[in-house]
Amino acid sequence: MVYLCFYFQVHQPNRLKRYSYFQIGRDHFYEDDTKNRAIMQKVAEKCYLPANRLMLKLAKKFKGDFRISYSISGTCIEQMRKFSPETLDSFKALADTGCVEMIDETYNHSLSFLYSREEFKRQVALHSETIAKEFGQKPTTFRNTELIYSNDVAATVEGMGYKAILAEGADRLLDWRSPNFLYQPEPCNKLKLLLKNYKLSDDIAFRFSNRSWEEYPLTAEKFAAWCHAVAGNGETINLFMDYETFGDHQWEDSGIFNFLEHLPEAILRNPEYRFATPSQVASSLSPVARLDVPDFVSWADMERDLSAWRGNHLQDDALEAVFALEERVMATSNPDLISTWRSLQTSDHFYYMCTKWFSDGDVHKYFNPYNSPYDAYINYQNVLADFESTLKK
Amino acid sequence: MKILMYGWEFPPHISGGLGAACFGLTRALAARSHEIHFVLPRVNPDVNDNGPIDLIDVGRFPAQTSVLDNWEHLISQLEKISHHINIHAIESPLSPYLTEEQYRAELIRLKLQMEGVQDAFAPTTHNLTLSGQYGPNLMSEVMRYASVAGSIALRVEHDVIHAHDWLTVLAGLEAKRISGKPLVIHAHALEFDRSGENVNQAVYDIERYGFEQADAIIAVSHLTKNTIVARYGIAPEKIHVVHNAVTTELHGDTGHYEKRADEKVVLFLGRITFQKGPDYFVEAAAKVLEQMENVRFVMAGSGDMTPRLIERIAQLRLGRKFHFTGFLQGAQVEQMFKESDLYVMPSVSEPFGISPLEAMSYDVPVIISTTSGVSEVLQSALKVDFWDVDELAQKILAVLKHAPLRRELVERGSVELQKFQWEHAAGHIEHVYDQLTHN
Repeated sequence: MVYLCFYFQVHQPNRLKRYSYFQIGRDHFYEDDTKNRAIMQKVAEKCYLPANRLMLKLAKKFKGDFRISYSISGTCIEQMRKFSPETLDSFKALADTGCVEMIDETYNHSLSFLYSREEFKRQVALHSETIAKEFGQKPTTFRNTELIYSNDVAATVEGMGYKAILAEGADRLLDWRSPNFLYQPEPCNKLKLLLKNYKLSDDIAFRFSNRSWEEYPLTAEKFAAWCHAVAGNGETINLFMDYETFGDHQWEDSGIFNFLEHLPEAILRNPEYRFATPSQVASSLSPVARLDVPDFVSWADMERDLSAWRGNHLQDDALEAVFALEERVMATSNPDLISTWRSLQTSDHFYYMCTKWFSDGDVHKYFNPYNSPYDAYINYQNVLADFESTLKK
Repeated sequence: MKILMYGWEFPPHISGGLGAACFGLTRALAARSHEIHFVLPRVNPDVNDNGPIDLIDVGRFPAQTSVLDNWEHLISQLEKISHHINIHAIESPLSPYLTEEQYRAELIRLKLQMEGVQDAFAPTTHNLTLSGQYGPNLMSEVMRYASVAGSIALRVEHDVIHAHDWLTVLAGLEAKRISGKPLVIHAHALEFDRSGENVNQAVYDIERYGFEQADAIIAVSHLTKNTIVARYGIAPEKIHVVHNAVTTELHGDTGHYEKRADEKVVLFLGRITFQKGPDYFVEAAAKVLEQMENVRFVMAGSGDMTPRLIERIAQLRLGRKFHFTGFLQGAQVEQMFKESDLYVMPSVSEPFGISPLEAMSYDVPVIISTTSGVSEVLQSALKVDFWDVDELAQKILAVLKHAPLRRELVERGSVELQKFQWEHAAGHIEHVYDQLTHN
């Protein structure tokens, strides 16, 4: 038996408005609601709603033979609630099919693990409560922000009671090993580790509509054949990607929805193959080996490390500054202040400050609401200065 | 007397000290019943059909929304004396402080703007037309401008020609060639001020040729005069020192800004370039913040050193306490001064430096570098060698912590400010004109 394990990241940050020095101490609302609404509604229309409709159709058609999983950040859930309730309803409908697993992460898609274990645990707990409330599930699989992972992350997450964790199947982590097996993190005895098959995942997420790719166009049959070739040399194919792949990163006219619609049938044509969620994979398979990952890996950029968020002084300063406020923020016990502080922790704010211009810089630029990383830094620090001033009162 | 003046900027579009000085001086000369033909480059919003030279009447300048209301008052004042000032705008993207790279960037920006692409954060002032006639590089544009601007001498009656800084020197020389009238070159900044020892030889050559050919030179300080003598080999007798002044009545009533009670604000306002010493301000800020918590530093302006300084601030982990506002204009400048508790001008090289006087006019105490022209004449300021970061930090702390010192600087400063009047400067310059025209 070989499992095909789909996991989709669903996330939108609370983008900050243009916040000048002169607003410090006078304007305590930081978010660009107009832009956040516009982007949420655009992505809902292009991706979330049509993709969810299709997933629901497939789940009903294959009755348990088609399974997928999502991690939806807390900020994204809040935005759906505010700007696109029908999107949230469509995710609920998916969760109700019993074929969809909801995965936990930090509520604000933050880098809290790197700065405060306490805050990390609080945000994960908050996310877990939110998932229970919205979707009636108690997640047992964990996925850290942008697949940031290490032995430490695994040990902490095991201590919090999770049964499975997801990570990038980066070459430097796997060496000669294959991502198509279940592993156990070095410091753990219970927690199972699922690794992303980045080759097959990126065929869909990044290369699908690339006309200069030698495999273009990618059909469901062709992709299924590649998956089927794994049989005998693997037990699970973990396809992890941004959900926005469907309809937003890869536009509808690329045929991405059509591809997805025909994929289950093509995969299931081989009776050895089954779709499974991460927790099903973790409980069905036995780990083939322990994996020692002392240094952080992530799924970002060519480097697959933390350099997208912690690669320069701007990012380090901003990150240290926001986490330095932890004690004072928590001491207020004011839910609004705590929630604002958490929103300022979202990893995207620091991603915008990245100065790796020439390799992955273009990707950063595509997702960047600022003209330059300097603008991002200045704006963020202005906001943070005002936020800090509200703590004094 | 009829003066043909080659200058920069005119209200409401003023971006720096040079523009402010030209304007203050022009107005004061007009008030003394001199007739001025003021020629300036601009990417012209009101292109008429009368060719590249456009005669603009002062009252027709478009009001800009971001500019304080008081400008309107000012313009109306100007209208009263407008029969003394004729403005000749010449289509050109030249502006003060322009470098070769910036000139090219400006050409590209204009092109994009013309095609409808706009920088999301840039203030949009007007729709413009681009004739495509501009020089492909800075020097060719300076030459082209000189030829067009200089030819105004053919059409306009004048007794004396007055050119401000190197970019207009060639235009002044061309006018002199045409009319044979005496030429005064007004030195606000020299290539050595802008670039240290890494001078642009072409710029230096134009400056030196201009100084040699000019009938008289006005320097904004003894510091500048000495540099002209030492570096350009000009006879000291030909150089007259006329200190700048400050136009205080620009202050509008732009509302009351409540200062943040528990926090002091220290301001740097100027171009973020080598000449202005912004890096010393950053290092001093770091030292002050080691000693004091409730203080915020603001760097207002733009320039080629900005990215480097932002990175330095981040490296020092001071982003929470040190803010970059970008380029400010009009009402924002006023607000910035009003919110500040201390103004610092740590210039490496400052021929004069009007901005400390502006700060003082808002009752803000100032620290200035000893290598500034204004330091020759200003008493009620703390002075420091720009490179002495420890001393600068120590003086910042002293002003912030000792209210009596602050009070003393502000009270004496407001009295002393009375002596920096453009009328005095205009009188002095009038005297220079007289000598030239009576010979």
